[in-house]
Parts: sequence; structure tokens; C-alpha cells
Amino acid sequence: MYQYDQYDQQMVDTRVEEFRDQVKRRLAGDLTEDQFKPLRLMNGLYLQLHAYMLRVAIPYGTLNGKQMRMLGHIARKYDRDYGHFTTRQNIQYNWIKLEEAPDLLADLASVEMHAIQTSGNCIRNISSDQFAGATADEIADPRPWAELLRQWSSFHPEFSYLPRKFKFAVIASDTDRAAMRLHDIGIQLVHNEAGELGAKFFVGGGMGRTPMIAPEIRGFVPADELISYAEACLRVYNRYGRRDNKYKARIKILVHELGKEEYTRQVEEEFAHMKELGLNPPVEELARITEFFADPAYNKQASDGLDLSDPDFALWVDQNTAAHKQSGYAIATISLKPRGGIPGDASSAQIDLMADLAEQYSFDELRVTHSQNIVLPYVKKSDLYALWQKLDEAGLAPANLDLITDSIACPGLDYCSLANARSIPLAQKISERFADLGRQRELGELKLKISGCINACGHHHAGHIGILGVDRKGTENHQLLLGGSGAEDASLAKITGPGFTEDGVIDAIETVTDLYLEQREDGERFIDTYRRVGMEKFKEAIYG
Amino acid sequence: MVDAIRLRDDDVHEEPAVSLESFLDQSNATAVRIEAGEDARQLLPYLDRLSLIEVSFPVFGDGRGYSSAQILRESGYTGELRASGDVLVDQVSYMRRCGFDAFAPDSPINPKHMEEALNRYEHVYQATSDQHTPIWKLRHG
Repeated sequence: MYQYDQYDQQMVDTRVEEFRDQVKRRLAGDLTEDQFKPLRLMNGLYLQLHAYMLRVAIPYGTLNGKQMRMLGHIARKYDRDYGHFTTRQNIQYNWIKLEEAPDLLADLASVEMHAIQTSGNCIRNISSDQFAGATADEIADPRPWAELLRQWSSFHPEFSYLPRKFKFAVIASDTDRAAMRLHDIGIQLVHNEAGELGAKFFVGGGMGRTPMIAPEIRGFVPADELISYAEACLRVYNRYGRRDNKYKARIKILVHELGKEEYTRQVEEEFAHMKELGLNPPVEELARITEFFADPAYNKQASDGLDLSDPDFALWVDQNTAAHKQSGYAIATISLKPRGGIPGDASSAQIDLMADLAEQYSFDELRVTHSQNIVLPYVKKSDLYALWQKLDEAGLAPANLDLITDSIACPGLDYCSLANARSIPLAQKISERFADLGRQRELGELKLKISGCINACGHHHAGHIGILGVDRKGTENHQLLLGGSGAEDASLAKITGPGFTEDGVIDAIETVTDLYLEQREDGERFIDTYRRVGMEKFKEAIYG
Repeated sequence: MVDAIRLRDDDVHEEPAVSLESFLDQSNATAVRIEAGEDARQLLPYLDRLSLIEVSFPVFGDGRGYSSAQILRESGYTGELRASGDVLVDQVSYMRRCGFDAFAPDSPINPKHMEEALNRYEHVYQATSDQHTPIWKLRHG
């Protein structure tokens, strides 16, 4: 994985000192809260319902054991002994003291980490495929491209006061594990006819109150023009993006209002000018970064054989491991969705253990997934049983990846000042109701996503089943949505009808899953049956 | 309004800036002010005769002026480029990188804080119109 050189380290260290100075001025009263707010947001610090929340960047979700252990240390030293992994492959801490934040950032910088631009109306952390570098279905590792974009977007002077936040995702496979087309800019690496690697650009996707699937605006951008093309996309947005209404300020609204053709025309016009300005790093820079992502030292003789005589282990292998590009190895996903647990939460002890296991079994590397789980990307199959036993002892071996209890949930009204309803207790209750693993496996792949308000941090638009929390005359109410997908078959979920109480919406989920079991044809997932049968039939079952 | 802070050595341009609309209507003005929503590209045919372009920042969070400045500098404008309005010390280094060389803040900026802000970062990741050598160029010569 990528390692800082003296320049990268100096940038991050300087940022810590700059923020230390800003906090000092705030505490002394030299900065008003209004003036301080955009500065703390550029460093990932939000003021939430009960305390400051700090979001730490995990670029493209990749980190090593030492960095992971630092995340555990921060949970112990500055927070209440746990952290929350997020849908953008970051981690959040919920109980941070402002006066301690500079020391926390200094601790992060000591392991090449930061919280730069994890909030604010700027270019946010670049996300990517959690299986990058390990999966057989990619044409290249997308992370060097993401790292090139990370450096370009960090401290970008022109694009740090955009109309609204701006999110990139980069993938390199036809299978989309990163909800790429639900980002402001989604990039898929592709080959052109000459066999060169380049970037296909999708612009104007997003969730929030007006969900959109990003249209493709260019089929191929060469590696040595990537930055100037991204600059052109951003400049058109910075010029025309709406600033009168924050709910209409994302680039998806601009692309929608101008139309894809007109937006593209303007980007191309700007690009024609900008590609001559010397903005693009030479291909040697991408090559330099790519070297850091070389394959680990696999044992090429490692066996594919597995002893599956322990039935619980066999279930976990079947559900939570994925095919690896190297024979004898597997990609293992650690589910952070235990029965009755809080999706994405991990204690400092669990974080430490995952760091140890990464060092011992996965060439010192971990990934965070947008579904709020952790991946060990390079595990020898002969090590899987030992790994599973250690995970199981620590409550980290739920065999529920991609099943109904592997839900995404936003922090909701338990933490968030924007929320209308709680998400976490609902996720916990659903996890209890559907706890039986046999039943979950019978239901098969089922993406359940829960948001506590229309800002959609819980991705409810992209859920096979989505839940949206609303405020109905002062009480929490939950609307049910069906038919969304954040994968390569991206689609937006539709609301079934009137909302429900907390228990009522769980009953309704049971009704729709029962209907699926009754209606499904051979090999159909829930989403396939829904698409074939249509909303009406599901509505009848729920409200009829 | 306090006196503008200038980071250039030439004499202060005395002629007051006119609005973009009136500038485009008259052929002899040499100073113009563009508001946040106005398109700086309309000035590109006239850059040779302009000595002062003032770019307005109605609120510090409105970042359109950064792109306006970049466009003007990329197109060869060499006169004074002044950021005017809600200009705070914590934004001046980015403004400088986008080509601003004068600041007319609504509230005074402590010169010592400004000096610190402008000199805090030794290196930069991006190439912009300010000709600062980006880190990737330092790495590859």
C-alpha cells in the first residue's frame, strides 16, 4: 500500500499545526463559531447532538495494522472505547473534546493518517472497491488512481469552497462494490482500443433528498489527462452550481438541470483549454504510486484445499469469503453486524484484534467497505480456520455478509443533529427478528439500508429494501422503500406507501420477504423477483 | 472598508472599478469589478487594457471567485487581482494560489496572521496559475 514520502508527511504535519493554531484562536475567542465552523469541517470535526464528532479519512478504505491499531488507541484515549466505520470507508468518533482534537490529529499523522477534507464543501475522501488488488474480476488496481486523485484534491485552492460537498469513487471492475454511480464523480478504469488504461467518467450521481444515478459523460480519459479532466468537471460545477439553496447545490442537480449533453459540452470546452496548462502529473508519477500497490509475496504453491468439517466454519466460508485472483488465497470479510449490534461499530479491543490478524494472516493490510464491514484481502486458505476461530471468540464472525442482517444504518437520532428518527435501534431489532441464520440464507442476498432522514446517509435509495425515517407530527415514522441497488445494476428504490411505527415497519419487511419466498423463481434474488413482479403486488401484500 | 493589502510592487491603480455591465458598455475603463455570479470569461478579450480586476466574495463560503481568478490568470492577465468582501485570513493562502495579489477585506486582517497564513505550507500538490512547483514535479524533476 501507499507510503508517504517527506512531502506527504510534511503536508499532514503542517495541517496539524495549522489546526492547533485555529483551535487556540477559537478557544481564546478570536474566531467566532461561524468563522471557525468551515475550518473545523475541513478537518472532519462536526458539532453533533451531544459532542464533537470527528471523521478520520481512510483513503480508498485501505490501511495497515499499525494504522488500524492507532484507530483503537484513539477510541480508548479520546473517545468512549469504540469507533464507527462509515459508508464512505472512513471511521467516526462520537465523543471528542475540541481542545484534544489537535493532539488526536498529531497521533494520526504519526501513522500517515489525517482527517483532511472529511467534511465541508470540498472534495472528500476518495472511495474505491474494497476488493481492489485481490479480486480476479478487475482489469487493474484502481487505488493508484485514487491516490493520485487524493493528492490532487488535498488542499485544492480552487475547489475548497464549492457549492456543496463532492465525492469521488474509483473502481476497475464491471462488478460495482463501491456504489460508483451514486457519487458526484464515478470513475471506472477501462482499456481503450489500443489497450491503454484510462478512466470512464460518470458525473452527477448521488443520494440525499434527490437521488440520481450518474450518467456517463466520457468513455475514455487517458491517464496523463486525468487531473485536467477532473479539474474541468469541477470548474464547470463551481461556476454554475446553485448556491441559493443547499438542497439543490450538489452537482447532480446541475447536470440534471443543464442536461447531460450541455454539461458535457461545457466540460469539454473547459478541458480543451485546461489540458494545455501543465496541470497533469507525468505518467511516471502514476507509475511511482502504482509500485506501492504491487502484489504481496504470495506463496504460489498454497493449496486451495479446505477442511469444512466444522459446520459453523463452513457457513462462514460460504458466506463471508470471496474468490481471490491468486490460487490458494481468499478474500475474507469480517462482519461488523453481530446479532443485535450497532452496524459498523467496533470496540478498541476488536480493532486491535483485527490489526493483529491483518499482520498475521493478510500481509498487514485491511480494507473498510462501504457496507461498514472490514476486509482481510489476502488470506491463505489454509489459515482461514485459525482466523475464523479467533474472530469467533471476539464476536467478529457473523456469517451474514450481504444477508438481511448485514444492514447499512446511519447514526440517526441517537447522534445526528439532522436526523428525524433513530436508525440504530431499528437495525438492532431487525437483526433480532431475522436472527436465524438458516432463514437469512433462505432469503439470500438482500441489501437492507436504513436512513434516519432524507439526507440518506444510510443509502436507503440504494437498498433492495430501504427504510427512511421521517418526523410525523412529532413522532418517529418509518417509510418502506423497495427496489434500489447501488451495484452495477444501479436503480433507485421507490416508496411503498404510508409509513409505519418501528415495529410496524419490521412487520412490513417480513410481509415482503414472505411474498418474495412465495413468488421467486429459480435462482432469483429478492431484487430480481421484485423487478419481475412489480411494486403493486408488494403493496397489496403490505397494505391490502 | 479598510485599505487594500497589496502583494505587488507597482503603484496603486487610482481609477475606481466599474461594474462588469458598464465596463462592457464603455471602451476606456481600466478597472472592473465582477460579482460572484458573473462570468469572468467575458473579460478575456480586454485583459490587455485592464490594470485592476476586483472579484467579490459576498460570503467567504462562496468560492466562485477562486475559479474567476484562475481563469483570468490562465489567460495571461498580469494586472492587479483583488479579492474583496468577506475575505478572512484562513482563506488568503488559497486565494493567493489562485492568482489574487491584493485583498480588500470587510474586516481588517492582522498582518502577522496573514504573513503566517501565506507562508505556512512550504509545498503544494497542484499546479495552478501561481507557478508554485507542485510536489509531483519535485519528485520527477
